[in-house]
Amino acid sequence: MTDWPILSVTTFLPLVGAVFILLTRGEPDMVARNARNVALWTSLITFVVSLLIWAGFDSSSAEFQFVEKAEWLPSFNISYHMGVDGISLFFVLLSTLLTPICVLASWEVIETRVKEYMIAFLVLETLMVGMFCALDLVVFYMFFEGVLLPMFLIIGVWGGPRRVYAAFKFFLYTLLGSVLMLIAILAMYFDSGTTDIPTLMKHGFHPSWQIWLWLAFFASFAVKVPMWPVHTWLPDAHVEAPTAGSVILAGVLLKMGGYGFLRFSLPIFPEASAFFAPMVYTLSIVAIIYTSLVALAQEDMKKLIAYSSVAHMGFVTIGIFTVNRQGLEGAMIQMLSHGVVSAALFLCVGVVYDRMHSRLIDSYGGLVHRMPIYAVVFMLFTLASVGLPGTSGFIGEFLALVGAYQANTWVAFFAATGVVLGAAYMLWLYRRVMFGKLEKESLKDILDMSWREVAVFAPLILVTLWMGIYPVSFLTPMHASIDKLIKDYEAARSTASLTIEPPTIMLARLVGMGETR
Amino acid sequence: MYQAIVFLPLIGAFIAGFFGRVIGDRGAQIVTCGCMVLSALLGIVALHQVAILGQVKTVDIFTWIQSGTLELSWAVRFDTLTAVMVFVVSFCSTWIHIYSIGYMSHDTSIPRFMSYLSLFTFFMLALVTADNFVQLFFGWEGVGLCSYLLIGFWYDRPSANAAAIKAFIVNRVGDFGFALGIFATYLVFDSVNFDAVFQAVPAKAGSKIEFLGQSYDAMTVLCLLLFVGAMGKSAQLGLHTWLPDAMEGPTPVSALIHAATMVTAGVFMVCRLSPMFEYAPMALAVVAVVGASTAFFAATIGLVQNDIKRVIAYSTCSQLGYMFFAAGVSAYSAAIFHLMTHAFFKALLFLGAGSVIHAMSDEQDMRKMGGIWRQVPYTYAVMWIGSLALAGIPFFAGFYSKDLILEAAYAANSGVGAYAFWLGIGAAFLTAFYSWRLLFMTFHGTPRADEHVMAHVHESPMIMIVPLLVLAVGAVVSGFIGYEYFAGGKMTAFWKDALLVLPQHNTIEAAHHVPFWVKALPIVVAPAGIALAYYFYIARPELPGMLVRTHEPLYKFLLNKWYFDELYDMLFVRPAVWLGRGLWKGGDGYVIDGFGPDGISAATIRLARRAGRLQTGYVYHYAFAMLIGVVALVSWYLWRLH
Repeated sequence: MTDWPILSVTTFLPLVGAVFILLTRGEPDMVARNARNVALWTSLITFVVSLLIWAGFDSSSAEFQFVEKAEWLPSFNISYHMGVDGISLFFVLLSTLLTPICVLASWEVIETRVKEYMIAFLVLETLMVGMFCALDLVVFYMFFEGVLLPMFLIIGVWGGPRRVYAAFKFFLYTLLGSVLMLIAILAMYFDSGTTDIPTLMKHGFHPSWQIWLWLAFFASFAVKVPMWPVHTWLPDAHVEAPTAGSVILAGVLLKMGGYGFLRFSLPIFPEASAFFAPMVYTLSIVAIIYTSLVALAQEDMKKLIAYSSVAHMGFVTIGIFTVNRQGLEGAMIQMLSHGVVSAALFLCVGVVYDRMHSRLIDSYGGLVHRMPIYAVVFMLFTLASVGLPGTSGFIGEFLALVGAYQANTWVAFFAATGVVLGAAYMLWLYRRVMFGKLEKESLKDILDMSWREVAVFAPLILVTLWMGIYPVSFLTPMHASIDKLIKDYEAARSTASLTIEPPTIMLARLVGMGETR
Repeated sequence: MYQAIVFLPLIGAFIAGFFGRVIGDRGAQIVTCGCMVLSALLGIVALHQVAILGQVKTVDIFTWIQSGTLELSWAVRFDTLTAVMVFVVSFCSTWIHIYSIGYMSHDTSIPRFMSYLSLFTFFMLALVTADNFVQLFFGWEGVGLCSYLLIGFWYDRPSANAAAIKAFIVNRVGDFGFALGIFATYLVFDSVNFDAVFQAVPAKAGSKIEFLGQSYDAMTVLCLLLFVGAMGKSAQLGLHTWLPDAMEGPTPVSALIHAATMVTAGVFMVCRLSPMFEYAPMALAVVAVVGASTAFFAATIGLVQNDIKRVIAYSTCSQLGYMFFAAGVSAYSAAIFHLMTHAFFKALLFLGAGSVIHAMSDEQDMRKMGGIWRQVPYTYAVMWIGSLALAGIPFFAGFYSKDLILEAAYAANSGVGAYAFWLGIGAAFLTAFYSWRLLFMTFHGTPRADEHVMAHVHESPMIMIVPLLVLAVGAVVSGFIGYEYFAGGKMTAFWKDALLVLPQHNTIEAAHHVPFWVKALPIVVAPAGIALAYYFYIARPELPGMLVRTHEPLYKFLLNKWYFDELYDMLFVRPAVWLGRGLWKGGDGYVIDGFGPDGISAATIRLARRAGRLQTGYVYHYAFAMLIGVVALVSWYLWRLH
């Protein structure tokens, strides 16, 4: 272990870069150039630092590592507490990997308010990394909610024509969920007297409390994932967001929901998780089939990929609530894979959008004639999205479904239909955009990918194949933490027996919250 | 060495694919063909070492997935079954690579084509050398991908694109069952490695498993689910619709993927899993019935098709049916035997058809051919050889393997066996008929092509002829040579433990003792079919047209391929698109957004408007409101007092 606060450095390094950009003055062109460079280098250095976390990570331990703890609000027993385990480690890496890619992808496209744009992304990175490292509920909540602000601005300022509608829809949906979570956090604090996450994991809330707290957290996380039927913000947000905004949205923000389930719902509310698992399965299956069908009907490329995201995240929520090895590890890999693959797919849309300024599938056709490199890249990620073995998408879906099959054959049966539908909408998309004759006059002199664009995709291609061919590198650090999660979950389930009280009594308890303490 | 067999084609594909522009067309051809030749030579060495010298071996490469007790590796497993498959795959693939140099010489993207072919070969070899279910699935999906890429190779054609997607998606439906089968296998055996599973099968036989809320016999469920995958890949009845459309791809692709290798993967899978299927008699019966039905059904459609490649495609479908019902009556060795002979003669027929198409300026409709046999003597000869082998005329390859299958079906001495036997005999008759219909329509009679095309009819270059001749030799001698190993005295020593046949299922042994008429019947029906074809298309060429007129509905039914495409379109494709649109506009737009965010925001605005309307700004409005307030307050006060 290192003796310097590596997690805090990773978290706040981007913020330093942001402050630096904020302070630059001069000619607009100069400022823009400086902002781009500073943002790129800061995020690259952050990525390198985050790699050190992986390098120094002890895979055999299930405990939180690189822990930092400092008094913050001692009178309320709230502290600045950071640490990573096998679950959060890769989300940190995912965030630090995608940020420089976003910066590079926006290099030439963003021409207005470059300075503010880059600041927004660096702040966003700080908030994302901080959220995945936080081990105190209050710290977590601040980062979790904070993420909304830069994202709201990125969609609202640099987005498409309906950006304001989309930004508000995004904000309201997620805020509504978060408010309920805040109430739950308060309730937890009053019941246990602490907001320290490792302590809360051992607290053992009364089962009938768990139901309510679980639901409040669920409201927040389900919106983030997003689960059906609270997913409708996602297509709008994606369509209006600038490319890099979509990348972060799909790549990292959606994972906050899944991470939340793993970090809070399962360990802290095991009884309620078991109680609600059938509901989660049902919603996930509906999400997989429903959004896959809807994706078939889309005319807008970004919307199609957005709907496919909902379907893919359905596998994640199923995997998580199976609470077995393959299900959980599958859900983790599926999240990481989706983080890379959907990010890459949005970048693929961005490549042609930057040239033609249209996201409509009908505006394209026959691109393969002019853009062979692009065709290969797009094909690779299409296949990864379809879950072809050898790509990361397969490992995630496969493990999650193996887990689901053990939990319930119906769930596996219906979820697996998504594999067929997924192939249908993705291949049809690819066909309409890439294949056929190049007939449209406007496309006659479209250019293939530039070196900058190749550089944007190269790391994503690498990770997709790596995770598909040798996923062991990613699975090994997870094993211990996932194991502990399952053991604790089962231990808690065997000691307590769930008795659901009538709603009136539960309400009375809630009202009398202060006195019960 | 074993790894090299599998990975050489991948190296070739990689170089041709990514450096095609650097090394040029010729470079790409040399690299891919070179790698394939090496791989095929090593494949022959491996066949000798494994099957003859008995050095069964599994080489672990590295761990692939490790999650809990689910542990599996990338591995290369060589037993006799694998060695035979590797030999067939690498041998056919090599010659088809070479043939493609000539066939595709006018194409604009030769490196891409060669790269896809080699990539396909890699996946196919990975499939047959798998030592666990998941690697099998990897190869399985990989060949599906290459099939998709190659069917859609000419991506300018909408029909090619549609066929490519159809192939992928129909295969996915099969894979859906395959995947569920793998999950169930893991649940039952706690492992997905072949050795571990096969060893545990006898202990698990007869156990129950819960599937979709019901309790079933475990082995039956497992095998049936896995068989759904095999049905998709091998185009069996119900999931066959993609195969005829796949003929949109270049002809070497049809020969390699849709005749010799990929489509036989399902048969390979059933044979590979013989230790499981042997303990699931129900599943075996289903395999036999599906196989026999497909054999007959596809042959009936083959009778009336006019596209030369589609006739051969339905023939392939039908022959795969034979292989399946052989496996279904536990004659796995016969299934693999037929797989091998079929690979030779069917690849030969496809490449021959390709040579014809090449000669006819890319015409595929047999109604526009005829009378060209003098101009293309080699092609004509090899097409005869291929057809003779396909029809099972004595001493050609198909004779040995097909007769063995039919005898084994009869020897199974069960209702299912009899069903398979009689449908198989029927299909054999139809096969002979449509094969000679093809020969007569293509090469004989009066030329029906226009003068321009006829003037250009020419024999193919040597680079295409040589592979044809090599495969023709295979189509003649492979049955004769293979019989000893696949069915004769050397069988046990040859197969060792690669296939499992329970003593009570030993149909191959029983096949040697069937009555004489059973052995003779196939040899009788085939010439009968040929004779009928001669009568229809040479002696009385006006007859087919008359028959069509008198039996219009039947003809339409066959011509439209039993209306499977229309049925699926109505049942699945249209509803899916319609549902998607409905759920999007209605579900997401109207219900969720309507009652959710949009509804709430609209309600808020409405409320605010109404509230706003109260603030009119006129003093007398406010005064009036106050007055009402006062009146109400006073009345309430008085009422309380009272």
